[in-house]
Amino acid sequence: MPPAVGGGLAGSELRPRRGRCGSQAARAVGPDVATEATTRSPKRPAPSSRRFEAPGRWALLALVTLMSFATRFHRLDQPPHICWDETHFGKMGSYYINRTFFFDVHPPLGKMLIGLAGHLTGYDGTFLFQKPGDEYEHHSYLGMRGFCAFLGALLIPFAYLTVLELSQSLPAALLTAALLTFDTGCLTLSQYILLDPILMFFIMAAMLSMVKYNSYANRPFSAPWWLWLSLTGVNLAGALGVKFVGLFIILQVGWNTVSDLWHLFGDLSLSMITHMSGIRQIMPHMPSTLHWLGLQVTVGKHLTARILCLIVLPLALYTATYAVHFMVLNKSGPGDGFFSSAFQARLSGNNLHNASIPEHLAYGSVITVKSARMAVGYLHSHGHLYPEGIGARQQQVTTYLHKDYNNLWIIKKHNTNSDPLDPSLPVEFVKHGDVIRLEHKETSRNLHSHYHEAPLTRKHYQVTGYGINGTGDSNDFWRIEVVNRKFGNRIKVLRSRIRLIHLVTGCVLGSSGKVLPKWGWEQLEVTCTPYLKETLNSIWNVEDHINPKLPNISLDVLQPSFPEIMLEAHMVMIRGNNGLKPKDNEFTSKPWHWPINYQGLRFSGINDTDFRVYLLGNPVVWWLNLLSIALYLLSGSIFAVALQRGARLPAEVEGLSQVLLQGGGQLLLGWMMHYFPFFLMGRILYFHHYFPAMLFSSMLTGLLWDTLLRLCAWSLASFSLAGHVHTLGILSLLLGIAYRPPRRLKALTPPWDVTKGRADGIVTAVLPSFPQISKYS
Amino acid sequence: MLGFLQRPVVVTADINLNVVALTAVGLLSRLWQLAYPRAVVFDEVYYGQYISFYMKRIFFLDGSGPPFGHMLLALGGYLGGFDGNFLWNRIGAEYSTNVPVWSLRLLPALAGALSVPMAYQIVWELGFSHCAAVGAALLILIENALITQSRLMLLESALIFFNLLAVLSYLKFSNSQKHGPFSPSWWFWLILTGVACACAVGIKYVGVFTYLLVLGVAAVHAWHLIGDQTLSNVRVLCHLLARAVALLVIPVLVYLLFFYVHLLLLCRSGPHDQIMSSAFQASLEGGLARITQGQPLEVAYGSQVTLKNAFGQPVPCWLHSHQSTYPVIYENGRGSSHQQQVTCYPFKDVNNWWIVKDPGRHQLVVNNPPRPVRHGDIVQLAHGMTTRLLNTHDVAAPLSPHSQEVSCYIDYNVSMPAQNLWRLDIVNRESDTDVWKTIVSEVRFVHVNTSAVLKLSGAPLPDWGFRQLEVVGEQLSRGYHGSTVWSVEEHRYGRSQEQKERELELHSPTQTDVSRNLSFMARFSELQWRMLTVRSDDSEHKYSSTPLDWVMLDTNIAYWLHPRTSAQIHLLGNIVIWASASLATLVYALLFIWYLFRRRRRVCDLPEDCWLRWALAGALCAGGWAVNYVPFFMMEKTLFLYHYLPALTFQILLLPVVLEHVSDHLCRYGALAATPPWGYGSRGVLNGDSSVMQMGLGSQARLCRGSEDEANEGCRERKVADVHGRWGRPFGPGEHQEQREGQGNMGRDPEQPVVRGRTAWCMAEINQEAL
Repeated sequence: MPPAVGGGLAGSELRPRRGRCGSQAARAVGPDVATEATTRSPKRPAPSSRRFEAPGRWALLALVTLMSFATRFHRLDQPPHICWDETHFGKMGSYYINRTFFFDVHPPLGKMLIGLAGHLTGYDGTFLFQKPGDEYEHHSYLGMRGFCAFLGALLIPFAYLTVLELSQSLPAALLTAALLTFDTGCLTLSQYILLDPILMFFIMAAMLSMVKYNSYANRPFSAPWWLWLSLTGVNLAGALGVKFVGLFIILQVGWNTVSDLWHLFGDLSLSMITHMSGIRQIMPHMPSTLHWLGLQVTVGKHLTARILCLIVLPLALYTATYAVHFMVLNKSGPGDGFFSSAFQARLSGNNLHNASIPEHLAYGSVITVKSARMAVGYLHSHGHLYPEGIGARQQQVTTYLHKDYNNLWIIKKHNTNSDPLDPSLPVEFVKHGDVIRLEHKETSRNLHSHYHEAPLTRKHYQVTGYGINGTGDSNDFWRIEVVNRKFGNRIKVLRSRIRLIHLVTGCVLGSSGKVLPKWGWEQLEVTCTPYLKETLNSIWNVEDHINPKLPNISLDVLQPSFPEIMLEAHMVMIRGNNGLKPKDNEFTSKPWHWPINYQGLRFSGINDTDFRVYLLGNPVVWWLNLLSIALYLLSGSIFAVALQRGARLPAEVEGLSQVLLQGGGQLLLGWMMHYFPFFLMGRILYFHHYFPAMLFSSMLTGLLWDTLLRLCAWSLASFSLAGHVHTLGILSLLLGIAYRPPRRLKALTPPWDVTKGRADGIVTAVLPSFPQISKYS
Repeated sequence: MLGFLQRPVVVTADINLNVVALTAVGLLSRLWQLAYPRAVVFDEVYYGQYISFYMKRIFFLDGSGPPFGHMLLALGGYLGGFDGNFLWNRIGAEYSTNVPVWSLRLLPALAGALSVPMAYQIVWELGFSHCAAVGAALLILIENALITQSRLMLLESALIFFNLLAVLSYLKFSNSQKHGPFSPSWWFWLILTGVACACAVGIKYVGVFTYLLVLGVAAVHAWHLIGDQTLSNVRVLCHLLARAVALLVIPVLVYLLFFYVHLLLLCRSGPHDQIMSSAFQASLEGGLARITQGQPLEVAYGSQVTLKNAFGQPVPCWLHSHQSTYPVIYENGRGSSHQQQVTCYPFKDVNNWWIVKDPGRHQLVVNNPPRPVRHGDIVQLAHGMTTRLLNTHDVAAPLSPHSQEVSCYIDYNVSMPAQNLWRLDIVNRESDTDVWKTIVSEVRFVHVNTSAVLKLSGAPLPDWGFRQLEVVGEQLSRGYHGSTVWSVEEHRYGRSQEQKERELELHSPTQTDVSRNLSFMARFSELQWRMLTVRSDDSEHKYSSTPLDWVMLDTNIAYWLHPRTSAQIHLLGNIVIWASASLATLVYALLFIWYLFRRRRRVCDLPEDCWLRWALAGALCAGGWAVNYVPFFMMEKTLFLYHYLPALTFQILLLPVVLEHVSDHLCRYGALAATPPWGYGSRGVLNGDSSVMQMGLGSQARLCRGSEDEANEGCRERKVADVHGRWGRPFGPGEHQEQREGQGNMGRDPEQPVVRGRTAWCMAEINQEAL
């Protein structure tokens, strides 16, 4: 029986060595075909492509590139106002130019590149990027758009080359290029200051270099092999550095690499080292061991090369982008509150930067208390009460991410109300296990809890502000404890991780991380949890600390190391990503909407501006892609079953089936990898998330139709017209894709005309997309 | 005819006393003092309610799983004559005398007891020795977490039972594939696989993971079958079809059957009605059915209707209006139209009545014959008690400023014209001329002037709006959303011309009679959908745990505490079993990878059939553990230790498998460590009689194909210590050696001294390559 691996139809193995390894397919076909497959290049001799000489190929590539650039750069300056997410990414570009620290859910590379492009083309970072529809006026925005459009334009030659490499067929590559050139969705997405063109650029570049390096498999360790292998690694780092969905292409390359290594490992010829026979004479019992040794040398070399280029190199580059990110952004900005106290001490302008505060917590100190859980914020209260019906009608206590006077609390002794800051009294430090009272500085109410259920987490107790001018009741008493107390009884600012235990009920102060409704200003809920579990929710640290009676120490000792910063940044990003949940009653885009082009995305035109931009795919292209995937699955499984049944295929068909199963398998895998994970994601999704998958599906379409038409031509070989079937088919497909219905400006009436009903919703939706940008008069 | 006269009727029975004994001790351990404690233990409080609902045949909705498990528990109650009269409200409450505790706990206990002999059977069918099989059964028998879970009214033991049954019957099926495909027993086991899978899924959704595993293994086997060129195309097709029917079609049918029985049993309305659609409620006895019985079906101009929102969140409610108007200025300083409020009200009220009016006519009564309203018609909606018309306009709604305010129009003559025309859009229409029907039609009201859709925003209004829910007009893009869809719940043809009479008429209850029945599939799909989407409030529990805690056995659950003596029941695993099973999984994984890599280099440590057996055991046991465990890392619901038990069961099965493998194959390496491991030294000894060698080769060829049963026995009989050679050298046929003593005796007694040669099983071509 064959080993379990490689049984699937998506055998992503491309190298011509396969025939020699004695693979199952070759054996099943029989020895004659197997040898034939070995001698002949498994890449199908493409009779029509022979006609094109090398200059012709280059000319075609140039033509494709030219078309691509022409379409992407056409009227790039229109509309001269902010479109959709330009408001975010443009703003973040500005942050880099201004070196202000910010927080975003995506890794930094894409925005850094946007910032760089803006900087190089004379944008000074002064535009505010407030909301979509704002005019750019005199600010230079073309550089940033041009950079994105440049990367977006390169997608098409990349796709062209990838398909050419996989199928060895120019018509297939041309078809792919045409599909992408004429797709309005790709076009629209490439023209604005967005992360997507950058992301797609890196994904496609990684795919292309992977395919290229696969094609050098018969010349391992040669210069081009090394070049493409390391380029793959570089592009993987790029893809991951722009958005976390870059992980999908990493998985695909990883899968390809593993199966590649698996085949190398099974290739017995690799193990024979040259002077083995000599050794065997000396030590007749050793060949098996040497078998292993020899193997380890050759396969080990392969393995090391891949680890270096596909793991070490990308990781180094990815880390480097963060190093640059943190180096460039050294000023305090809007993202500070998301990060821990220690992190903030790095940022100039932050009140913790170069600050000096008293080291040990003492009674009478004014403090802010921050949750140890990332992106939860500071313990906060304000002069609003819990609404009626939600626990006791006392003052709200929440956590709040931003710095605010309402975050300040005074730490007091539980049993006396005398002012500890009275200079006549000695300084008294707070000790581990002390019973304290926390008084809110602005409203003079005490942190309080009682047996009422918390507003959202019903099994926890409510936390409120209670009392007048610091006089409350015994429910205001909390015991302060240091988690994992190691030495001393004093509590250190910033570094001690503390827990506040309610004395009467025995519950622990914590933040559930849930967002309160409007009455709570959408701040996060604070509860007192009766479950004494060790979670980050119930651990806090003291951040600001003001006590005039104590000497200050410098905070520089607290600066976290780079790995700590990296880890923290990732935790915050992941939390941020998970936090992007769709709100109730909101119409969200569902993954199944995407391939059928169900509903687009409004880029511009929310305001009464002249231009309306709507992101939507060309229906001819998209529905052809959809059809192709179904057709591919059908034809692919027919071939796979036929091969498994041991059918003898003619050489021509055999070659075609190899292209279909192996090349097509790669592309199908790419489509699946970039599409299906979205079904599992809880975060809010948008139509543009589908575009990487769409690139793969377009490549699959090109490859599939070319192969199918060749098969048709082959089966009709007895007829005189046979030779033309392929040409005609490709031409008609090209024409079909290039066809654009006449502009229908009338269709620009709002597409949310519900009277059309659901069934024809698709049709009404696609029509407005054709005038991709047009003067709306 | 009278054949039995000529020949005596002979029944020959093979009784495996192992199985009998294991069943007996299993029953003993699970049934001993089953009725103790006579108090509600842990989740019995939860399942007990549903048993009571079944006994009283009241409809309920439980989002935690499909109904088969609940029905099994209820069957116990039915057999014990339970009348359903017990208030399940508190863990620890004493059962009253009418609760047949023993029979309620009987079925889970039986399922738990039968898992013990099934574990034996599975390991045996996997091709391992009786000793290993008995070991597996004993481990299942004494695992205290499994015992605890089986002895209460809980579902895990039944789930585990059907998981094991599915695996066992698949194994039986795939083993009988070799002797007699399409024989009755082949069909029996194949179909039983499908049925058991459906039962597992029918108890808890997590059963689907085992189902997928079995499907995966079946798919791999089917793929090999396709590659088997000794079979004709037609035969392969028949094989595939049989599998598709038994493993895909039958489970779906069985699953539907559960729901059919469920809906058949639960025919009365109950506390969970409100979650379901009006049409569904109307199909239940009592409740809405009583109100709606005999309503006219087609809504006509002049009909009096109540309109229920289809979304049902935050609460199910009806379109409502009342005399009060919107405040001129809201708290936040924005202005309103000061017209009559329109809200959504979660209670039945006379103010929920609306009259469908033809914009062209003034009457509010139904013509004779009634003129039905169709899809696309323009209508006005008049509020029954105030006769003001439903209106929306470009004024911001009170709480959702981006939407339009909806009001009942009052003409203040302040340049705010009436905009009260609505186009009827039947969402679930079949044709464009469909008539608007009571209960079944889901409709949207599209405002003619502004294209806004009447929508429930769900926000509760402040005091001036009596805390009723806000209704707005929203310009939506396309797409279906429940909050914009309304259905007519109560309906009658209005007869009264005068407002006073009409008010009287509205106050009187509706009556007429026609009955409407929803088809089973419609009810099923609605129920299934609601079950999947009903949101259980994520509750933090004192004993909740994370998947990592389970492996470490770092958690427990206190099930019950005796009120006086402080006797307790805890769910707690046996640390020895858990740790060693986890270790076995690890060892299996490492060994598997080791063998896999070695095989890739054509170094075959195991004979082909042993390897297949080893891989299959891993796929089912280690795989069963993984598919029942790993998905929990991605689940967001509250998790408990008992969620791990199905995975644990599979992991326990792996333990004796690994032990036997280690003792048979690896310990021998240790014993032979003195001689060079490649065993050249013993070669001469082994090269005995050439004819014996020939036999060995012949047998080996069969073994490689793994097609003959006799060959399959070879691995099982490997107790036959062969001290001369060892498995799998890649070197030549010279080593091959086969001694056969007592060749005909292929009995399964491991004591039997059948000596067989250990040979290299790799294919000849590979041997040549290696040499």
